[in-house]
Amino acid sequence: MSEALVKLRDIRRTFNVGEISVHVLRGISLEIERGAYVALTGSSGSGKTTLMNLLGCLDRPTSGEYWLDGVEVSKLSSDARALIRNKKIGFVFQNFNLLPRTTALEQVIMPLSYTNVGLSEREAKQRAAELLKMVGLGERMDHRPSQLSGGQQQRVAIARALINRPPVLFADEPTGNLDSRTTAEILEMFDRLNRQEGITIILVTHDPNVAGHARRNIRLRDGMIESDTTREGPAPTGEGDIPRRVA
Amino acid sequence: MTVSKTIITAVRALRRNVTRSALTVLGIVIGIAAVIAMMEIGKGSSGSIAKTIASMGANNLLIFPGTAATGGVSFGGGSSLTLTAEDCDAILRECPAVGSAAPLVRARPQLIYQDKNWVPTFVYGSTPAYLTVRDWTQMADGDIFTDADVRNASRVCVVGQTLVRELFGGENPVGKEIRVKNVAFTVVGVLTPKGANAFGMDQDDILLAPWTTIKYRVSGNSGSSTSTSTSTTSTSTGNSADSTYPGAPSVFPAQSSTQAADAPMPVRFANVDQVIMSARSGSQIQPAIREVTSLLRERHRLRPGEPDDFSIRDMTESANALASTTNMMTNLLLAVALISLVVGGVGIMNIMLVSVTERTREIGLRMAVGARSRDILRQFLAEATLLCLVGGLLGLALGRGAALMVQKFLKWPVESSIEAIVASIVVSAFVGIVFGFYPAWKASRLDPIEALRYE
Ligand SMILES: Nc1ncnc2c1ncn2[C@@H]1O[C@H](COP(=O)(O)OP(=O)(O)OP(=O)(O)O)[C@@H](O)[C@H]1O
Ligand SMILES: [Mg+2]
Repeated sequence: MSEALVKLRDIRRTFNVGEISVHVLRGISLEIERGAYVALTGSSGSGKTTLMNLLGCLDRPTSGEYWLDGVEVSKLSSDARALIRNKKIGFVFQNFNLLPRTTALEQVIMPLSYTNVGLSEREAKQRAAELLKMVGLGERMDHRPSQLSGGQQQRVAIARALINRPPVLFADEPTGNLDSRTTAEILEMFDRLNRQEGITIILVTHDPNVAGHARRNIRLRDGMIESDTTREGPAPTGEGDIPRRVA
Repeated sequence: MTVSKTIITAVRALRRNVTRSALTVLGIVIGIAAVIAMMEIGKGSSGSIAKTIASMGANNLLIFPGTAATGGVSFGGGSSLTLTAEDCDAILRECPAVGSAAPLVRARPQLIYQDKNWVPTFVYGSTPAYLTVRDWTQMADGDIFTDADVRNASRVCVVGQTLVRELFGGENPVGKEIRVKNVAFTVVGVLTPKGANAFGMDQDDILLAPWTTIKYRVSGNSGSSTSTSTSTTSTSTGNSADSTYPGAPSVFPAQSSTQAADAPMPVRFANVDQVIMSARSGSQIQPAIREVTSLLRERHRLRPGEPDDFSIRDMTESANALASTTNMMTNLLLAVALISLVVGGVGIMNIMLVSVTERTREIGLRMAVGARSRDILRQFLAEATLLCLVGGLLGLALGRGAALMVQKFLKWPVESSIEAIVASIVVSAFVGIVFGFYPAWKASRLDPIEALRYE
């Protein structure tokens, strides 16, 4: 049986603000196959970021089950979740979240320092350099964030998200801070990663244009799935240059 | 995360804000520098005091004859003639805690050599054992007089370095003759230099001769004229005239050999001014005092309840008091230095807290890419510890420099110590860990989502 990469069953998330309980996610069940390209849309406050945080193992659901790559992660300890974030998940943020005054190469290497498989300094550098070349920043490895444009910064962030060869990439409004031209560049990169490398991509966006790149479109409304549509398109070939973690 | 990776990460983080790191470290630099300087200066001065104490002779004890009193009138310390050379011999024989002992007769005559004269601080009559008691057996030149010289009251002496300088103008005095109160003494040896004692007196300003010679040929009347002794038993009758009128023609006809045989000169029974002795070790000082006290009470036929007719003084006591005062001052200053180190540590904590707040987003990001809370804790602890260690090393250099300056310009003795260096490094690492812990713990407890959202 080919299991789904992501499987949610009746996920709920309630925040307690003082006396009041805010029910942000109210029973979400879905499955996402390997190699999928999913856009998560919905109006502001519909719970997209909350759901992404759960999917990215940064947060735990109040109730429900979450299977990631065959592992029930919703009940794991924070250390175990840190390990999963390190090994199986790539994260791209709206505001890039690069370390200040740190070169692009070091930014990309950074997650490796929390990986216990012994990779020599040289190997780590080599892998980071390859990724930076892949995102088109082969000439900018020694640049610091202040010396990079927004689009370039986001590409550094993407390279960083891929350093541990995760099967899935989560991106919360990755183009929210970018103009339309850079947005196009970043989207092209996502398309390529999905098509050639077979990386599962799940992104949140308000931009219908961006959502149009994804093959599947999940729309949230008030913490519930309003619609889930899949459009026919070219399936990923899975024959990329970077080897994938085979689960 | 391996240790080396942690350290590299910490170095990178600190390098991102060099100025702040440098300023943060300043507190530790000053604290450690103060500690090191205090330790080196304190150790130097206690070292020099220890040397002085050692130069006075280890574990030395002095026995003074006691206070004589007649009808309630005290004649002051040393006024009774209770202490004899015999007592000294008995002590050596019967007190196992006493290593060596020598009788001491003091005088303060003028010395004349050719056209120069000099009054030394110390003119001592004793036995060769005196130098053993004082740990002074090494001679710079010549040799010490012999026990035979003591028996014969030979006119020989050994002199200290100051005398060589003042009286002989630096030339070798061995074989020369000096006059002591019109008695010619042949110098047979020169003592090695000892320097000042704990009271600042020049110990090399000394002339040492057989006690019999000093007593009968130089002092002549040593103590006899004030004799109120209750124990003159030690001095036999008949010959007291000799010492009463030194140099004067005998009022009695010269003894025939038969008379001399019947009543030998009681030289060995004469009283002395002091007995100096050394206990076998520091821990033997108290046993020695007990043994000597009971022996002398017995020899002096004191009934129980009667006060001692002698007193025993521990010579290292006052020097030790000086040493402990110096130690106390050093410790006080060290405490102040340690307080400044603590203040430095608080500075580290403060800056680390600011740093954690400032880098909340970074912490959130690190957690998002897989850092566990213990990784974050370790990273911030490493940063604080590294800061403190660097500060400690700089402080070490600064403190050593300060100590050397003090030595150079103030001429204070300083002494570096491995322990102080090791201790300062350990202490600075410790300060880093202690004061870095709270900020690091705070960082590690951050929630990644909130940290990432932090503006
Ligand atoms: N930590 C929290 N405590 C309380 N309420 C929260 C918390 N996080 C989110 N919420 C609430 O949950 C709701 C959904 O927030 P969420 O950030 O998921 O929305 P979103 O879909 O990402 O919106 P946007 O498109 O504006 O980013 C909001 O009403 C928000 O106020
Ligand atoms: Mg959002």
